[in-house]
Amino acid sequence: MNREILKFLLLVVVILLLPLAIHEGYLLNVLVFVGIHTMLALALNLLLGYAGQISLGQAGFFGLGAYISGILTATHGINPWLAMVIAAVVVTFMAFLVGFPILKLKGHYLAMATLGLGIIIYIVFNEAVDHTGGPSGLSGIPNLSLAGITFDSDLKNYYLIWTMTLISMGLALNLVHSRIGRALRAIHDSEVAARVMGVNARLLKVQIFALSAGLSAIAGSLYAHTLTFVAPASFGFNFSVELVTMVIIGGLASIYGSLLGAALLTMLPELLRAFQDYDIIVYGLLLVVMTMYMPGGLVKGVPRLFNLLRTKLKRSSTANA
Amino acid sequence: MELSDQIAQYLVSGLSTGAIYALIGIGFAIIYNATEIINFAQGELVMLGGMFSLFFLNAMHLPLPAAVLLAVAATTGAGVLFERLTIRPLKSPTPLALVIITIGGSILIRGIAMMVWGKDTHAIPAFSGSEPLSIGAATILPQHLWIFALTAIAIIANKLFFQYSITGKAMRACAANRRAAGLVGIDVKKMVLFSFAISASLGSLAGIIVAPLTMTSYDVGIMLGLKGFCAAIIGGLSGGVGTVLGGLLLGVLESLGAGLVSSGYKDAIAFIILLLILFIRPQGLFSRAQSERV
Repeated sequence: MNREILKFLLLVVVILLLPLAIHEGYLLNVLVFVGIHTMLALALNLLLGYAGQISLGQAGFFGLGAYISGILTATHGINPWLAMVIAAVVVTFMAFLVGFPILKLKGHYLAMATLGLGIIIYIVFNEAVDHTGGPSGLSGIPNLSLAGITFDSDLKNYYLIWTMTLISMGLALNLVHSRIGRALRAIHDSEVAARVMGVNARLLKVQIFALSAGLSAIAGSLYAHTLTFVAPASFGFNFSVELVTMVIIGGLASIYGSLLGAALLTMLPELLRAFQDYDIIVYGLLLVVMTMYMPGGLVKGVPRLFNLLRTKLKRSSTANA
Repeated sequence: MELSDQIAQYLVSGLSTGAIYALIGIGFAIIYNATEIINFAQGELVMLGGMFSLFFLNAMHLPLPAAVLLAVAATTGAGVLFERLTIRPLKSPTPLALVIITIGGSILIRGIAMMVWGKDTHAIPAFSGSEPLSIGAATILPQHLWIFALTAIAIIANKLFFQYSITGKAMRACAANRRAAGLVGIDVKKMVLFSFAISASLGSLAGIIVAPLTMTSYDVGIMLGLKGFCAAIIGGLSGGVGTVLGGLLLGVLESLGAGLVSSGYKDAIAFIILLLILFIRPQGLFSRAQSERV
């Protein structure tokens, strides 16, 4: 456990110091989104990686958080922090209620049900024009502010978002190493066995689903206040798929994997700018190839690749001698 | 127009889109039964059907029947290629990895289609004119009749193939128990390849016959694929009557909902129906509950 804490503290230091090395505002802006996506990937990983329950509707919860915050602050003038709390509570509660019938389902049925839920939410964003502004979006969302500081620049947002992200990472690490984390993994391995051992599997699955939705909603709030504008296009089925991809490419059941996956998939489109519209070809190809040849995700795949290279190098150097 | 006339009209268009969903859904079910894979790239094969026929019509100036046949053949080739390149090489396929690979494949196919054919929406001429016929209170387009006829033929041919041909029986054996099928000498890998070929051809047919009504573009596959998946789930992922009924039910309810309630929420209606069915009867509307094997 001590090594765990040390590892986490190292990450905190790196993230706090990173802006010193980056002077370009644009890159900082990308890193802000890496932070938001890390929170989302983390939320999904708790559900998918630890409890083994897929959700293809996470973008819906993310969007609900963003829109609830946006509408409460931009239209009704409520304090942004209060709006964030309201969004988180409402979405968590909604997911808790929906969770009971949904998480009775398994496998493809669960995938389809969560997908359907996400699409329904997405359609509501588009069609409830009076509240959401429809396809053209909702603008005029205020920035968050704390003790006289308004988070209106990339640097300030960087620290705001990453503070929240690191807090959620720390809490998640704590959660997965607790009794609940062990129970979740037990459900993943065999739900029946977990229930025999006295784990209330049904309730626990619903609770983790609600927690995951609530955390996504907080990320949504942060997104809305950072961007000061939300539009439905950011919360569609494609984004749900992208989140699942982040979790899988990063590494299932790995908190740091969520960070890696989110970082890779957020930076990738920026790196692929040169391909313009055709970046989705590279993206699709990467998705297929990575899943085929690096099934454990980056957290497992990169060290394995490293080891492979090292043994090869050793062998060739002994062969030369 | 009176309400009953309107409803008759919605029924006609609902049944024709339902037939399309059924064709796509059967494609999902065939692959699922042979491999336990939900092929999320199924919708893209539907799109490819429409796009290929457009290509053979406009760029190659072929007559319509030839263009349709070639489009089905080309899409089937694409489906087979997809299986060979992505599914076959997998050493230890987990369900989750398969979901991601087929989703990645669908993104890839969509991207290539966008690169080749651009982002424009294209129209395909109707198979035999667009002079509406009136049957009772409803008017019906010749294309609707083509959809009903071709869907019926495809479904019946499919049924006969699985019921009576030796390959069809071998594929059903794989669906029942892959290991046992392998032990009695059935080439399971070949059957998996066949399942992709058959579902690609069914999907492309669906894409071709619906294109004159709805137009086609590189991104029509997503929604069509999801709706087809809905149809298959409603039918309990059976390759037969259940999925056909599921597709028709979905099409009709969606069309009635769009016409009578709100057209903006048309797609939401389909998914609300899906959720209700999953909550109440997760094994599908038309199949008996199975006890879970642990």
